Amino acid sequence: MTSANTDTEVGSFASRFNLQQYVVYLGFLAIFLFFAFMLRDSGFLTVRNLSNIVLQTAPVTIMAIGLVFVMSAGEIDLSIGSIVAVAALAAAVTIASYGMAAGIVVGLGAGILIGLINGALVAYVKLPSFLVTLATMGLFAGVSRSMTDLRSISVTNETFTGFFGSGSLLSVPSLIWWTVIAIAIGHLVYRETRFGAHVLATGDNARAASVSGISVPKIRLAVLTISGGLAGLAGLLYAGRLQAAKYTLGETDLMTVIAAVIVGGTLLNGGKGSIVGALVGSLMMGMLNNGLILMGLSVSDQMIVRGLIILTAVAVSLRDKSR
Amino acid sequence: MNAPILQLQDIRKNFGGITAIENFSLEVFPGEIVALVGDNGAGKSTLVKIVSGVHPPSSGTIAIEGRPVMMSNATMGRAHGIEVVYQDLALADQQTVYMNMFLGREPLNRFGLLDRRRMIAETEKLVKELDVRIPSAHATIRDLSGGQRQGVAIARATHWASKLILLDEPTAALGVAETAKVEEIVLSLKQRNVGILIITHSLDQVFKLSDRICVLRRGKQIGVRETKKTDKNEIIAMITGLQQQ
Ligand SMILES: Nc1ncnc2c1ncn2[C@@H]1O[C@H](COP(=O)(O)OP(=O)(O)OP(=O)(O)O)[C@@H](O)[C@H]1O
Ligand SMILES: [Mg+2]
Repeated sequence: MTSANTDTEVGSFASRFNLQQYVVYLGFLAIFLFFAFMLRDSGFLTVRNLSNIVLQTAPVTIMAIGLVFVMSAGEIDLSIGSIVAVAALAAAVTIASYGMAAGIVVGLGAGILIGLINGALVAYVKLPSFLVTLATMGLFAGVSRSMTDLRSISVTNETFTGFFGSGSLLSVPSLIWWTVIAIAIGHLVYRETRFGAHVLATGDNARAASVSGISVPKIRLAVLTISGGLAGLAGLLYAGRLQAAKYTLGETDLMTVIAAVIVGGTLLNGGKGSIVGALVGSLMMGMLNNGLILMGLSVSDQMIVRGLIILTAVAVSLRDKSR
Repeated sequence: MNAPILQLQDIRKNFGGITAIENFSLEVFPGEIVALVGDNGAGKSTLVKIVSGVHPPSSGTIAIEGRPVMMSNATMGRAHGIEVVYQDLALADQQTVYMNMFLGREPLNRFGLLDRRRMIAETEKLVKELDVRIPSAHATIRDLSGGQRQGVAIARATHWASKLILLDEPTAALGVAETAKVEEIVLSLKQRNVGILIITHSLDQVFKLSDRICVLRRGKQIGVRETKKTDKNEIIAMITGLQQQ
């Protein structure tokens, strides 16, 4: 116990300053400076463009918060993209006949319900979350397609589109309010509550959590339900901003969300993560999308560059894990 | 000594058709260290799990301070002031020392949020008392050596146990110096007037630490001896069964 002391201090010194914790901020800064320089004449640095980036990433940020909880507990949720479409369509259809309040309840309810189904199968039937959410991802992609026969449903309720999309309060756009409030609550719950601590312990060592009196199944059920509910909220935000819902909503978001969360310092295997990191990761992904488009890259080139950046992020995350 | 802290009477445990433990009776008194020895598969860990509530016994009674208790799950033992240092330590590696110390029992401040200041202060106090040398309460478990981890697990049990600590092979993975340190800590626990049940395969350790020795062989209790009135040969004979008592 004595002889190991000096070694350990060096070890913890190194881990306190390990690259992984700061990579998201450095990466964010590097990409920002790169675009600011390269696109100085293409309008990247305008307030309008920068605030657009934040507005566009709001749904991804909201989903990322849920995924930080899920991944910290050692699980994964692949169904979030499908939940977005189901929730948005369910809300849009309901608003048309029953008004805004019913639409919000049905949209969020759909997300929470799918999350509960995922969670119950993982926690109580003891199936791996990867397979369960892979299945529900496919299942609900089908449901969203059949719900409206592939048609787009427009949302004309102006209170709804203002609240979830184009509106503003104290001259701050509502999507920024949603982002800030969700991040603040998410961070508080994750870092400062017993629930957050139990999520991390579950992902870190489920047996240790269990003999310490933590109900591991309840934690698993809870994180997947939270993720479903937040994906439902993301669906409402899409429907509000685009003033319409379609089965394609959220279709390509899964990879972006996972990338944002991992770049933000959340470990794939659980036990460690960051809500603020996920926000920065999400903004980074949004900035990347925006900048690559402004640079005039073709869609295929954009995909390749994004893929390479995600690969780098995963490599950094796994390197840390194998220490 | 006064009344036994733990009293096991005619404990029997079946797993399906197999009888893992039968006719087991043992008493542990406050401030006493009892060693539980026996070959691999003798049923030692099963017994620990019965006392901690992980496996309820098939028959027999468990009494704590003279009162019979029902143990139906892992939190029951803790509720009765019994703590276990599991062989794998049951630590969350990527969390800090202080979070592990309070795992599942985190104190909250008046806003209902984690009271980190209190967790850190209590951890530092305990770590100093037990002389567990770790860099700080903020250290992450995976940055600690094997002995330091063991120290954290024992410190956690010490912090919460009001009556009994069960140690399942606490030094099996440790080097010479670290083993000596853990033995020192275990001996110092006697002053806290809790009962200690320690499982170990090292007879040297048994004779160094224990007041009494309980021998198990293939689920059967072979006998209990006072450490001062026996010797290694007798205990080895009891463990192996080569010389029936
Ligand atoms: N959950 C279980 N289901 C079925 N059999 C079990 C179970 N747990 C233990 N056993 C059996 O009970 C017997 C005693 O096992 P136990 O783990 O208590 O031994 P032990 O004395 O701790 O051995 P070791 O020194 O190797 O740790 C073994 O035959 C084992 O196979
Ligand atoms: Mg054992």
